[in-house]
Amino acid sequence: MNLALRSADMADDLSRHLLPGDDGNCQFEIAVKGARCANCIAKIETGVRALAGVSEARLNLSTGKLTVGWKRGAASPHAVLRRIRDLGYEAQPFDAAATLSSGEQEGRLLLRCMAIAGFGTVFIMGLADAVWYGGGDMEAATRQSLFWLAAAVAIPITFYAGQPFFLSAFRALRRGNANMDVPISAALILSLGLSLYQTVQHGTHNYFDAAVMLTFLLLIGRYLDYRLRSRAQGAARHLLALQSLLARRIRPDGDLETVAARDLAPGDRLLLASGDRVPVNAVLEEHATEADMSLVTGESMPQPFAPGEAIYAGAVITGAPAILRATARVEDSLVADLARLLEAGQQSRSLYVKLADRAARAYVPLVCGLALAVFVGWLGMGASIAVAATNAITVLIITCPCALGLAVPAVQIVATGRLFQRGVFVKSGDALERLAEIDLAVFDKTGTLTTGVPALRNAADVSPAILEQAAQLARASRHPLAQALAAAAGPGPVAPGVRETIGMGLETADSARKLGNAAWCGLDPGAHKGGMWFCRDGAAPVHFVFHETIRPEAGAVVAALLRRGISVEMLSGDHPMAAAEIAARAGIAQWHAGVGAREKAARLQALKAEGRHVLMVGDGINDAAAMGLAHVSIAPGSAADVSQQASDMVLRGQDLTPLVEALDVARKARRLVLQNFALALLYNLTAIPLAALGFVTPLIAAATMAGSSLLVTLNALRLSLAGKP
Amino acid sequence: MSGVALIIASALGVGLTALAVLLWALNSGQYDDPDGAAERILLDDGD
Repeated sequence: MNLALRSADMADDLSRHLLPGDDGNCQFEIAVKGARCANCIAKIETGVRALAGVSEARLNLSTGKLTVGWKRGAASPHAVLRRIRDLGYEAQPFDAAATLSSGEQEGRLLLRCMAIAGFGTVFIMGLADAVWYGGGDMEAATRQSLFWLAAAVAIPITFYAGQPFFLSAFRALRRGNANMDVPISAALILSLGLSLYQTVQHGTHNYFDAAVMLTFLLLIGRYLDYRLRSRAQGAARHLLALQSLLARRIRPDGDLETVAARDLAPGDRLLLASGDRVPVNAVLEEHATEADMSLVTGESMPQPFAPGEAIYAGAVITGAPAILRATARVEDSLVADLARLLEAGQQSRSLYVKLADRAARAYVPLVCGLALAVFVGWLGMGASIAVAATNAITVLIITCPCALGLAVPAVQIVATGRLFQRGVFVKSGDALERLAEIDLAVFDKTGTLTTGVPALRNAADVSPAILEQAAQLARASRHPLAQALAAAAGPGPVAPGVRETIGMGLETADSARKLGNAAWCGLDPGAHKGGMWFCRDGAAPVHFVFHETIRPEAGAVVAALLRRGISVEMLSGDHPMAAAEIAARAGIAQWHAGVGAREKAARLQALKAEGRHVLMVGDGINDAAAMGLAHVSIAPGSAADVSQQASDMVLRGQDLTPLVEALDVARKARRLVLQNFALALLYNLTAIPLAALGFVTPLIAAATMAGSSLLVTLNALRLSLAGKP
Repeated sequence: MSGVALIIASALGVGLTALAVLLWALNSGQYDDPDGAAERILLDDGD
């Protein structure tokens, strides 16, 4: 029921999502959530193909995109969506405009460039080897023809395969700043030019092989980086596509119509059943009900609502069906508010400068200055312009940040791959860099430190016989509190003829035993709040009190963080009593209770102003803004969509333990990146004096370049070899 | 000299053939879904 409500298809004209194909065919692209394995592929593809009119269906497991094709008019997109949902997966049409993502084209271009550069590297290396090893015995004419052949292969290949660098360098220069691609492009073009000059002049040294190999090695780094980003973007696109909501509106004549939530206007009357999410801020019009506010406020127990009270968007109705009157549009509702806060937070985060960029900023002017100094130095010592230029260019080639270009992506791809296996989904590479810097971890309570499932608290105060009598009623219900009671009593029979009144409670057929809220048992609901009441004929009502279950690993995770020198804090929207208990059991000394979404965001701002680097772990809509403001954020797999979207990492399961591992891997990855920088620097420190003095031959350049790249890659792989970081 | 030319020409030919095959595979979408390809091998029928 929930799934059907969360789609926009019924109210929406889906024809704008159809992409025209050839011969009157059309294609329909759908984001499918939940497909993981071969079985899912088979189930979805055969299920959709079985629909009348559908000619093809193919699911891309890497991107979660299902492409369905049919003859124009032969099938309907609604039927396809319904079929996928019937199969048990969430489905949402991809927006046609957003689907033609530049991302996939970028990936293909990088792969194509890499293939061509790889071919060129192997081929020219073969020619160059012949010259290096047989150069002495070789006739000048033979050597010359080999050089020309190398030129004919290297120049077009470098210009084609190097286009990602040339374009990026060009864009940076036009904006008036320099990135790592500027010295790369300069080195590529100058080494080709120098080699061509040498060939024309019948010289013995050329760098065609170096230019092609440089392109190849750098493209590997660039492709690894792309893979990481595309995985992250794919996840984000998915979340966006799955976020649109539907609502059932009551027309003035009393009929129901289904409309997209974004079309709701203040004053509209909405019907919500148990399990439905409130789409906009609204006022309850008819029938008292209960709503689960945990995603909005962090309160763990369902809250009662009386007619006339305001209910915020994001609440989930758990009690009786209710009629609500909308008071705001979607974009003015709390969720949209938070989304805006979130955006602001993410903008501030984009100011974070990645390690690689920091290195580039220091590196670029240094290398260019060095090359210039070498050029002037040789001229000053009376060398010809050709010799001075040759040595200056050699410096540029040898310092070209080949190892630097690989140093960061190699480590990040190994680190995220390792974390992926452990159930941590890293959405961007620099998230790991930021995670390594944290000194404070802030946890949300409900759903993060706790399971969100209530448990009976006062079982010891109630006699087992009474507990069993109540449980015989409770076992018949799906209400979370009733289920907690049934779980506490253990397995047993159900009383015959149990009736349930939604939003009130349960009773036996003869009304001799009743289990439910205070009003259900004839008590004054104003004086007796919370929990469940059990009453029998003639006996005093028994009160059952519930509390949240803390995740079994929460204490160990907090202790592990403290051991690593990270302070831990808890921010909860719940009552101080409930918060204090969970904080004590998790071993958290510092906590704030009763803080709403805005206060959480304000607290994060304050911590940021103090200069703390905060990790925010949260799952609710009320945490999303704070997560956007945090230095880095992690959401458990059960988190609300908007929080998963705001977070840098998502834990796949319910377990919090991988969080500690993520921190360890992030710290280790940072160490390895810095080591890699040091290795690259060491290599440059030895190579630059040789190049400046004119001792470097193309053989030495090629060997050191390949050697240093191999070194940083192997160093990165240590991360996956190490058993425990 | 003619031997060297022959070797170079055949090396170029083999290399370009391999490159052409790779580019064909790339353009026909065989690298678009590496995860799916790994799972599809487990499916029994040709669907």
